[in-house]
Amino acid sequence: MTTHVKTIIKGNLATTVKTGGCGQCQTSCQSACKTSCTVGNQVCEK
Amino acid sequence: MLNISNYNIKKNVHIYRQGDLNIAYDVNSGSLHVIDEYTYSLIEDMIRLQDENNNLLDEEKLLFEAGKNIETAVKREILLELEQLQNQNLLFSQEVEEKEPHYPNQPLIKAICLHVSHDCNLRCQYCFAGTGSFKGKRELMTSETGKRAIDFLFKHNGNRQSCEVDFFGGEPLLNMPVIKELINYGKTVAQQAGKKIKFTLTTNAVLLDKITAEYLDNEGVSVVLSLDGRKEVNDRMRSFPNGKGSYDIIMPHILHFSQLRPGSSPYAVGQYYYVRGTYTRYNTDFYKDVLHMADLGIKRISVEPVIASPNDDYAFREEDIDKIKQSYDILGEKVLEYKLKGRGFSFFHFNAGLDEGPCLPKRLSGCGAGHEYVAISPDGSIYPCHQFVGQEDYKLGTVYQDNPLKEELIKKFRSAHVYNKNDCRMCWARYSCSGGCHAANVAYSGELTKVYPLGCELQKKRLEVAYYLKIKEAQLKETV
Repeated sequence: MTTHVKTIIKGNLATTVKTGGCGQCQTSCQSACKTSCTVGNQVCEK
Repeated sequence: MLNISNYNIKKNVHIYRQGDLNIAYDVNSGSLHVIDEYTYSLIEDMIRLQDENNNLLDEEKLLFEAGKNIETAVKREILLELEQLQNQNLLFSQEVEEKEPHYPNQPLIKAICLHVSHDCNLRCQYCFAGTGSFKGKRELMTSETGKRAIDFLFKHNGNRQSCEVDFFGGEPLLNMPVIKELINYGKTVAQQAGKKIKFTLTTNAVLLDKITAEYLDNEGVSVVLSLDGRKEVNDRMRSFPNGKGSYDIIMPHILHFSQLRPGSSPYAVGQYYYVRGTYTRYNTDFYKDVLHMADLGIKRISVEPVIASPNDDYAFREEDIDKIKQSYDILGEKVLEYKLKGRGFSFFHFNAGLDEGPCLPKRLSGCGAGHEYVAISPDGSIYPCHQFVGQEDYKLGTVYQDNPLKEELIKKFRSAHVYNKNDCRMCWARYSCSGGCHAANVAYSGELTKVYPLGCELQKKRLEVAYYLKIKEAQLKETV
């Protein structure tokens, strides 16, 4: 039982180097001027 | 023992305070933690010591020197917890090996931005498109050019299952007959190819009457509607050629369309609407504009900082930055407050894909402009994205010639990823923002790989609030 650190979200980003990259996700717009999607807040479609 | 030998903590663990929380974000795993005051102070001290000693301090000495004000037994407990979390790759996790994104030889285009109109019925002061004409002549795209553009998309789409077409301008609704023809054409071509096609349209809503709105809704077109917020804020920037503000005309149209799509995804998935505004130095209190929209019942809101030349009167100045950050702080609290009152709305840039977010290869490469995504101007010229349209140095080709796209330019855009941007390599936000907008970087520095610092500042602030809200939402779920 931890007392000083409470984990809220367990990510596994590093492992997606091997599993990701299928490219099926929708396009993102980094300027967000079109609000189509920005990388950081995109959802993986896999 | 916590292993921090050759481990740059500031680069890989971001700690910050937001609202009533101390937060630790683990960059390489994308994990989020709430830490107590002791842990915050210990990590902060470790970062300070690394900075002061240029990261050359021996691991044991660093752990000994840091947190000297913390009781030994407490410090030991914290270090043990951190070690356990490190073993699970959740905090102080191993740094991701730098691997460049891999692409096929020929670019696979998955989305096109069709500039169906280089004309506009508004004269917004901050328009990056030169009030619609992109500094060229005012013209509309013909259906022939549009069809060639769609053919180009399907020809270069490889084995991707979906294709995306965005109707953009200027004001695309000025060319409605061609849009209708292209929607029909795109659907037919997609069906023949056994693929899905997704349409989006970005409009100022002036011509979005009921018939047009229902047509777009029925055809499954996702729509981004432009509105800056309060009447006086909107009308200062978004006016007709005669100087009259647009608010009174567009607001009923926007409300009507938003009511047609009550189930729109906050993450812009499927068929959605988003109301999208721009803030400038005249409304650094833009949270009031977001709340104005939310109070009118709009649920999907995105308001972004203006991109401007330093000479523009509405461009941000150094003294505005704190006010802008404060606005994001207030907005974060308001998002929570409205949610608790049952009047929740989503602010696009407070969405954060962490556990279900995009993979690392996607995060490294960013928007894909210039090789996965291109913009096509009314005359059929192909550019890396809508922001580059009209800049001859960035012209990739044309839909009227079967020549391959300019290889050199494609290479340049493909290599403009996080690992090739010096300012990004050490930044904790590197896997969330992908090095920012190419066009904003070029506008600022003339180079794709040199980032726009103000953009970075604001992006980091938005991420901090976004992660804070993720935690608050998780805590709310726990208490329900």
